[in-house]
Parts: sequence; structure tokens; C-alpha cells
Amino acid sequence: MDQTTLNIIVVGLSFVLYFGIAFWAKAGSTSEFYAAGRGVNPVVNGMATAADWMSAASFISMAGLIAFVGYNNSSYLMGWTGGYVLMAMLLAPYLRKFGKYTVPEFVGDRFYSNTARVVAVIALITMSVTYVIGQMTGAGVAFSRFLEVSSTNGLLIASAVVFVYAVLGGMKGITYTQVAQYCVLIIAYTIPAIFISMQLTGKFLPQVGLFSEHTASGQYLLVTLDGLLNDLGFNQYTTGSSPWLMALFTLSLMIGTAGLPHVIIRFFTVPRVADARWSAGWALVFIALLYLTAPAVGAMARLNIMTTMWPEGVQGEAVAVEDLPDWFETWRVTGLLGVEDKNGDGRIQYYNDKSAAMQQVAAERGWQGNELVTFNQDILVLANPEIAGLPGWVIALIAAGGIAAALSTAAGLLLAISSAISHDLIKSVINPNISEKGELLAARISMAVAIVVATYLGLNPPGFAAQTVALAFGLAAASLFPTLMMGIFSKRMNSAGATAGMLAGLISTTLYLFLYLGWFFIPGTNMLTADQYLFGIPPTHFGPVGAVLNFAAAYIVSNMTAEPPKEIQDLVESVRVPRGAGAATGH
Amino acid sequence: MSDNDSATAYWKANLRLITWSLIIWALASFGFGILLRPLVAGISIGGTDLGFWFAQQGSILVFLVLIFYYAWRMNRLDAEHGVDEE
Repeated sequence: MDQTTLNIIVVGLSFVLYFGIAFWAKAGSTSEFYAAGRGVNPVVNGMATAADWMSAASFISMAGLIAFVGYNNSSYLMGWTGGYVLMAMLLAPYLRKFGKYTVPEFVGDRFYSNTARVVAVIALITMSVTYVIGQMTGAGVAFSRFLEVSSTNGLLIASAVVFVYAVLGGMKGITYTQVAQYCVLIIAYTIPAIFISMQLTGKFLPQVGLFSEHTASGQYLLVTLDGLLNDLGFNQYTTGSSPWLMALFTLSLMIGTAGLPHVIIRFFTVPRVADARWSAGWALVFIALLYLTAPAVGAMARLNIMTTMWPEGVQGEAVAVEDLPDWFETWRVTGLLGVEDKNGDGRIQYYNDKSAAMQQVAAERGWQGNELVTFNQDILVLANPEIAGLPGWVIALIAAGGIAAALSTAAGLLLAISSAISHDLIKSVINPNISEKGELLAARISMAVAIVVATYLGLNPPGFAAQTVALAFGLAAASLFPTLMMGIFSKRMNSAGATAGMLAGLISTTLYLFLYLGWFFIPGTNMLTADQYLFGIPPTHFGPVGAVLNFAAAYIVSNMTAEPPKEIQDLVESVRVPRGAGAATGH
Repeated sequence: MSDNDSATAYWKANLRLITWSLIIWALASFGFGILLRPLVAGISIGGTDLGFWFAQQGSILVFLVLIFYYAWRMNRLDAEHGVDEE
């Protein structure tokens, strides 16, 4: 049986599993559609949250992001996990106590204003739609690489699969498919990691292997890696630069994570406030299983590449073209990997040709530039099983895992979008008299429309697809997180203050991104350039600044206007204590 | 009024717990992992320094302990102040 057939069988089986769960977990009420009937066990919810959160980017790209930059990109590891501490202590338990279905609903009720509600809906839809585009294209790419279908067809298959279980099962169906998807993706991620760790260091746990002796060189793995990188003119793996910017970027990812509505609403599905607290811990346990492994995968894969390219060490000869391993050819045809024997010596010299010291070495040794001309960072995870020489079914698992990561995040985002439309716009603003049945139908239709729009945008991605994650995190950090936090921790915060704060955060962040990256990210329309950054802050790092502006605007405006009415202050009191959470479910 | 006093004391205890947790949270990530890395550079671990370990492993482990401790402590505080879910 060839690899593609095997991939199709494994991916197909995973789809059968998701469909089976969807039919079993069909939603019969709005409570089930929006919040899985609030009957999800906290450990199960933790697992679903982990799948909800870990996107195609976490699964496929993160190890590569760390491998090619080293220490400085630890920001992703700390930022995308540290946000859960904020969520667990500052948001999740209180929002669960509030006992409604959506994030804009809390904003609208707490700030007794439909304007605030609509601003929150706009923020939510902007960040979730930009985020979902990346998931749809990610799923399409995973399909096309492993199943030999075009990425257009891959994307259409992915949409059809999500359509079935999200429209049918709502949050209930999504929750239990996410649990299955988590299991698929974590197995797919850890098996190759364990094998590579065993091969390089003899240690079973990659997290231990990363800090152990590299068997072949008899030195610590990180020392060997730093040495090789140094000899080839690359930045050392463990050395960092600009610590203040790194800290700001980490903070921006942390606040952004805590403010993402599709993750927050997962905590509405557990029965009690106490469960919401535990569940945040379990979510981080399941996330940490991948996030603690990723830096080991990154460092080990990077070392593997260096030793593949320089089998005799840097002082010896580079690898001969005919000795390149088989996986080079497999991935060369996908265009993710490219070699070019520029000096025609039949060998492939891989080094940093931008380093002045290396240019001198190259002149002495007759090299004419770096010959590993293309090396897409995603290959590190995608080709990991082949690099480690693992059997075909592990490669098939990676295919299923990448698709599971993309689908689970897409479904969570689509639910956040559709519930904001059906519950916050239709039920709360447009037609408050809508029946339970009518609202459930509206929720299903909103979901279907959201999937169609996401599919269309996935097929015709706006030119700014790569920048969208920065936009989503920036908006979450600058708009929703501060507003939700003030709604819980400040009794004095009123409607005018919160609305002013949200607008200040939204507008300043969007403006900062557009000024430097182009209006609506259209290339060439940027009015300022990188050397004109305000205090040297890049647009991707702006989230915390936007959050501070939100807090400041809210504080000033609320102090100039009347304090919120008595019943709102009572609402804040009640959100702060768990007692009575069971009673306040739904409407 | 005793009900109200208890609720105030409960909220104060929660705020205190959050403050301490977030100090540790910041120390493990922004502190040892990034800004204070030079201070702990002398402590070597597995071929690199403690700061690198904190940035790629330690901070995440600290976050886990913090969230579980917070959940355990708060669930006890709920009961002590009589605001737990029946």
C-alpha cells in the first residue's frame, strides 16, 4: 500500500469518528447549541479547550518558528500558555457565574448598553473571521500535501466536514469532536518527538532530551547545536537579543490569548464555577503536553538538518547531492524544500551567506552562496516522521493531526461567530421576542452562513492573510480583555467608560497596524515604515499598548460620568461569588 | 450586615491571592525567562543557563502549578466564606 492510500485511510477513519460523535451529540436546544447544556466534565472541557486553542499554526508551524530563531521565539511558548493564568484568575470563573452564552452578552448586560454590545460583537467578528481564514487555508494545505488533492478541493472537504458536525451539534457536537481531535493531534505530535529524542540523546522524554547529552558528539545537545550554528554563521540557538521587546511581545500574546472569545466561551460549558477554575488548569495541562514538546522538536530537528547537510562536520565536505536522504526528494516536489548546486561541485553547502565572516570562508572554500535555497519551517513537523525513519502509519497520523488541529479551531471560531450573530444581534437587538425554536434555527443558519463565508475567504484569501493573526491577537488584547476585566473588577466602571475604552483600544490598534503594514494590509499603502516605530514598538507588539489606552480611556470617561445603577452594581457583586451559579443558566 | 462583611472579606482574599499569583507568574516568565536572565546566567542546566530553561519549560510548569493552586485555594475559600455552590 502506498503512503497516499494509507493517509487517506487514516484521515478517513478520523472523519468517520467525528461524524459518529456529531450524530450522537446532536443539539436539541439553544442551551445545548451555545453551551453544550452546561454538562461538560471539567477535564473533558480542558481537553476540548486545548484542541479549540491549538490551531494549525501551533501544530504545524510553532516548532519551526522556534527552531529557526531559537531562544527569542520562546515568546510564543510563554505567551500562548501564560494567557491561561490570566484567564483562570481574571475572567473564566466570573463569566461562568454570570451564566449567559456569549462574550458580547456579558458586555451588553454589564454595561447596560446595546452600543457596548454591538461594539463587542464587531470586535469579536473581526478577530474571529481573520483567525478562521488561517484555519481554512491551513486545512486546505494539509489536505493537499498528504492526500494528493488540490488545496481548493481540500478546503472544500474540510468545510463540508465542519459543516456537518457544527451545524448539527453546535457547542455540544463541537466539544466532543474536539476531544477526539485532541487525542489524534497529541498522539501524532508526540510519537515522532519521542523517537527523535531517543535517537539523538537516548532519553525517552523529549523535554529531558533537550537538556541532555547528544550521543553522537558526547556534548550537550544545545552546546553541539550552538557550535554548529556558530560555525556556519547563524545566530546561536540559546542567545537572545532585545529583551524588552521580547517581553512586550510575550505580554501581547498573553493578553491576546486571555481575550479570545472562542476560548472564553468554552468555560461556559461546565456545570459550576469551581469546575471552570479546575478546567482552566486541565486545559493548560493538555496544551503543555504539546507546548513543552515543541521546543525539543524544534532544536532536535534543527540539529538533524545540520548534521544531514554536514555529515563530516563543518570542517569536512558538505553532503553530496546523491547522498541526500529520501525525504528531501519527497518534500522537494511540494516546493517547500529546494536545493541548487550553485558552484557545481556535486555537494550542497548550507550556511548563512549573509554573514561577513562566512563570505570569507566561502571564498576560501569555493562556495558560491547557500545552496539549501528553500527550507519552509513547516517541514520540521510535517517531515519529522520521515527524518526519524518512522513507519508510514506515523506519517498518516501527522496528516490526520494537522487536519484535526485546523478543524477543531475552525469549529470553535465559527461557533463564537454564529452565537454572536444569532444571540447578540438577532435575539438581543433585532427581535427579542424570537422563540427558543426560532433562535436555534437562527443559530444553525448563522453557523451555515459563517462556514460559507469562511470557505469563500479561505479560497480567496485577502492579501493580508499572514498579518491576520497579529490583528486578531492585537484586537483581543486591546478591546475585549480590558473591558471584561473592568466589568468584573471595577464596580464603578459604567457604560460610557467601557464603550470609550473599547473604541480607544480597537481604533488605536487597528490604526497602528494599518499605518505601518498598509491600509487593510494592502501592500504599498503604509504611511510609515519600520524605522519610524513609536518607541521602537513593532505593530505585532502593540496589543499591551492598546490595552493600556483602553484602561486609561475607560477610567477617565467613567469618572466624568455618573456611576452605574444599583442593579448593575449588584450584578457585579453576584458575579464575584460562586453561590447561585446553578440557577442562573440561560434565560 | 455579617453577610456583606463576609463577601467583602472573601473578595479581598481573592484579590490578595490573585496579586501574589500574578507576581510569581511575571517572575517566572518576564523575570527569569527574559529580563532577569543575566542574573541567573551563572546557574547552568543541560548545556545552557537557567533563564533558557525557564523560557522554554520552567515558566509553563510554574503556570500550571499556579492555576491548580488557585483553583484549590479558591474552592476552599468559597466554603470558608459560605459562598460556595450548594
